[in-house]
Formats: sequence, C-alpha cells, structure tokens
Amino acid sequence: MNSAAVTSKTIRKIILEQSKRAHVGHIGSGLAIADIIAALFSGGLDIRNPEDPDRDRFILSKGHAALALYAALLLRGWLTQEDLDSFCTDGSLLGVHPEKELRGIDFGTGSLGTGLSFGVGAAVAARAQKSERKIVVLISDAECNEGSVWEAAMFAAHHKLSNLTVIIDADGQQAFGYTKDVLDLSPLKDRWSAFGWEAADIDGHDPEVLRKAITAPPGAGPRALIANTVFGKGVPFMENKIKWHYWPMSDDEYAIAMDAIGAHRA
Amino acid sequence: MRKAVISTLAELADSHPEIYLLTGDLGYTVLEPFADRHPDRFINVGVAEQNMLGIAAGLAEAGFVPYVYSIATFAALRGYEFFRNGAILHNFRVRILGVGGGFDYGTAGPTHQALEDLGVMRIQPGLSVIAPNDVRQARAAIKNTWDADGPIYFRIGKDEKNTSAKFDGGFEMGRVDTSGSGGDICLLSTGSAALDLEKTAASLEEKGISCGFASVPTLAPAPTEKLADFLKGYAHAVTVEDHFAVGGLGSLVAEVIAENGLSCRLTRFGVTTSPRGPIGGVSYLRERHGLSADDIIRKIESILADKTS
Repeated sequence: MNSAAVTSKTIRKIILEQSKRAHVGHIGSGLAIADIIAALFSGGLDIRNPEDPDRDRFILSKGHAALALYAALLLRGWLTQEDLDSFCTDGSLLGVHPEKELRGIDFGTGSLGTGLSFGVGAAVAARAQKSERKIVVLISDAECNEGSVWEAAMFAAHHKLSNLTVIIDADGQQAFGYTKDVLDLSPLKDRWSAFGWEAADIDGHDPEVLRKAITAPPGAGPRALIANTVFGKGVPFMENKIKWHYWPMSDDEYAIAMDAIGAHRA
Repeated sequence: MRKAVISTLAELADSHPEIYLLTGDLGYTVLEPFADRHPDRFINVGVAEQNMLGIAAGLAEAGFVPYVYSIATFAALRGYEFFRNGAILHNFRVRILGVGGGFDYGTAGPTHQALEDLGVMRIQPGLSVIAPNDVRQARAAIKNTWDADGPIYFRIGKDEKNTSAKFDGGFEMGRVDTSGSGGDICLLSTGSAALDLEKTAASLEEKGISCGFASVPTLAPAPTEKLADFLKGYAHAVTVEDHFAVGGLGSLVAEVIAENGLSCRLTRFGVTTSPRGPIGGVSYLRERHGLSADDIIRKIESILADKTS
C-alpha cells in the first residue's frame, strides 16, 4: 500500500464499514474530514515511516474522528486489516480516540483543545533541531471554544512558527448544536488573522485545493486553513445532522450510505 | 530552594542540550541564571499554563527534557489535564517545578497556597513525585533525576539557606531519610515541613521524649517497603505536612500501615478546613490550621499519657 492508495472514497468506505461493524457513532465527524485526511496522507505530509524521527508530525486534535486516520494508516501499510477490524473491541489499540501506542500516531488525543499545544511544542522542537519537518494539527471549529486553543494560537504567532499549519474542520456544527447557536465563531478566518496567523478559507472537500494549501511553502509565521466542510459529507442523509455525531447505523442506513459514496462502484 | 534548583539546572544544561526551561510568566530574579546562559532553551510562555504543559509534551516527544516552572498551585492544577494527557499518558520526560507548596506564599492568599498538589500528583501511575526537604536535597534531586524516564513533579520550597541537621542532603529516586528504629512514636514529614519538624523533634528530645523521624522526599513511586520497614518498629505514627490531611503523606502512610497489617496507630497533621480567610506567613498559617510545633508536641504528650493511663 502506498500514498496513491489513500483516497477519500476508500477512507469513507472504511469509516462506514468499521462504524457499522463496531456499532458506533462519530460517523459524521469522520466523513467531514475524509478529504483532508486523504490529502495529508497521499503526499501532503512527508512521512517515510512512522519511526523516522524527522517525519512530519500530524496531530488529530479532533480525536473522535480517529477512524478516518486509522483508515489512512491502513492504506499506507502501517496498520493491518486485522488491526483495523479490532476497532472498538476489547483489547484493541484502536479506540474511538487515537493513542500513541498505535503505530503511526504521534500524539494521543481525545480531549479537545489539547492537540494544538502539542503541535506548538513539536514545532518549537523541530526548529530547535534545525529540521525542515512540518507540523500539521487538525482541529474542529467547535474545538475553538476551548481557551487553550487561543493560548496556543497566540504563542505560535508570537514565535512565528512557520513550520506549523492548523487545519480547522469548519463544518458549522458541534455535539449539542450548531456553532452559530452555541458560541458563534464567525468571522472565523478573521479571528485567526487577528491572532497573527496567515489565515485562508478553503474548500475542505476539494483534493487539489487541499493538496496545494497543505504543500504550500512556509510563510512568515503559522498558517491556519479554515477548511469549509460539510458534516457527514458524502452521505446525504447524514449531512448537517447533529444526530449523526452520535448514532450508529441500522442495516438499511448502512446500505444507503455505502451506495451514496459509490462503494460498490470502482 | 528554587534559586538552587535553577542554578543546578543551568549547569546541567551546559552539558545536556536536551534541557529546556519553560515558565508561565513567573520567576523574576530566579530564572535569570538559566535564561541568560541558555536563552535559546528558555521560554516564557506567558500566563498560559495549559499551553505550557502541552508545549512541554510536544518538546519531549522530539527528545527534549523540558522543565516547567510556576507557583505550585498553577503548575499543578491549571495545566493538570494537559500534564495527564500529555507527559503522563505518553510517558514523556517532562518535569514540573511547582514552587511554594503549602504556605510558602501564605500572604498571597488561598489561591497561591498549594494544599493538594502532592495528593493529585502521587495518584498518577508512572509519575514520580519529589518534595525535597532542604536546598541541598533539592540540588541533588535535580541532578540525579534529570534524565530519569517518564515525568516528574517537584514541590520546591522557597527557603534557600536552611539545611537539615539530621540528614545529609543526598537524593536518589525512592529516597527516604530515617533515624531511629523503634519505640512509641515516630514522626514523618515531607518537603520543607520536614526540615522544620526537626526542630519540633529536638524540643521533644529536650522534654525527654525520643521519637523516630522520617523525612520522605519521595512520594511516588510510593516507597512502601522503606516506609513499612520504618513504621513497623513504632506503636504510633504522626505525619505532618503543609498539605491537606487527605491525599498526601498522611494518606500514603495510612495505606502502608493498612496494607502491611502494621499495628501502628496513625495521627495525621494536615489542613482540614478551607484555607479561605486570614492570611499570614508560614508559622502563622501552620498555627491557624493546628499544625504548629506546639500542636504537635501537645498531641504527642497526650498519646503518651493515654498509653500509661
């Protein structure tokens, strides 16, 4: 398996298959970032192998979308199908949220608001070691509710961490409501700019746009890519529905979902 | 101890490029020896302890050994979850320097009085917890543990000059300093409270009351064998700490006694009520919370009186 195997469609298929098998939720969250993860692991991130100390670092701070990441790790050949099939079963290292014990995971996450600080530390370390590796942190828009995100944002800008990129999965919803109704984050891009970041709105589902944005040469400081996404993207009955943050699929729903993403077609 | 700790760290950093020092905007006139000597490895992260502990984890993942400095309440509590999910969960070599446990910042009020740091830290498996009793032990502790595996929480006092009369100021992981091997009563303490307790023990000696004495700078990994060995010789143990009565050394000693089936009876001196209200220096606050030398002496005399009645 190699980078070319990492496609959004395959990632979506794996998210649906494993969510069904394990009878778990967070499906919409994983689907929202499938294209971002595909872009990262099909060449956006420079990772020869997960043990290379100078590999690019990736932190899925939006940890509950881990299935998308596990899918990418499988497709890159760093996880086996057997590993993946153990998702959410007793004794597995593949829980709802990623753990460092699992090969390919740089930092265990799951408590929203932690990952960006880890990433900032990793960026400081990379610079201190005079390495050209880059650090990418994927956070959710809801995660921007956490004050610690802004502590990290201030630090990164002040210290001009140009080796750090944050991708914000901006799908407009969170666990108990839509972001505009809970804590309105708009204008999100302006907030990141005001904190000293080079911020841009991008289409979070366009592979070419994503690839270009992720591989753009470093600027003067840290970069925030506000990836406009659709929660549950790819499965129309899940799109923008709070329920699909939580709910596992029924057999019928699964069949419809798999059909929607074209799983049975090449 | 904090100035000694920082100067020791600055020296270590001369030959160990992995060492970093982060501060949450505190340490004026204390951190300069490190900051001036190693400006590239000193970072004031600002008043942002959660981010500070997260950054420390990120640095440690790449092989650095970051020390994180703040007043013990902030160092231990504000970033606790980031420490737990970062350094502790990942077993990274992050060291927290929690300055001023107990009443060292007494006049600053309850927000600055760390009365739970030892408790919340010693319960985490994989985290070492060290509370040196004096400035020499603090220096030795830093020197001898700088590259120890896994994370460490240090409770560092503000006293830079007083030293133990009983013990030699050495430290290695697991260290417990004891004197005496059996009798009616033993005294146990941790951190700078242990240093002051030596004076109380001396006062008791003058009254003809000889107590066993243990200074316990290692709270985790729990030095259960050494403690059990010491405690089994005594009918009564009295623990004294600048900490809540629950969770710290007293609780550790209770666990050791109970799990080893020792017949040692325990009295715990610690803070049992809210620290809100009147402030003051260390002596005043110890008195306020019933932890003064007089309180301890009176208790011991009454224990002995009960015995003979």
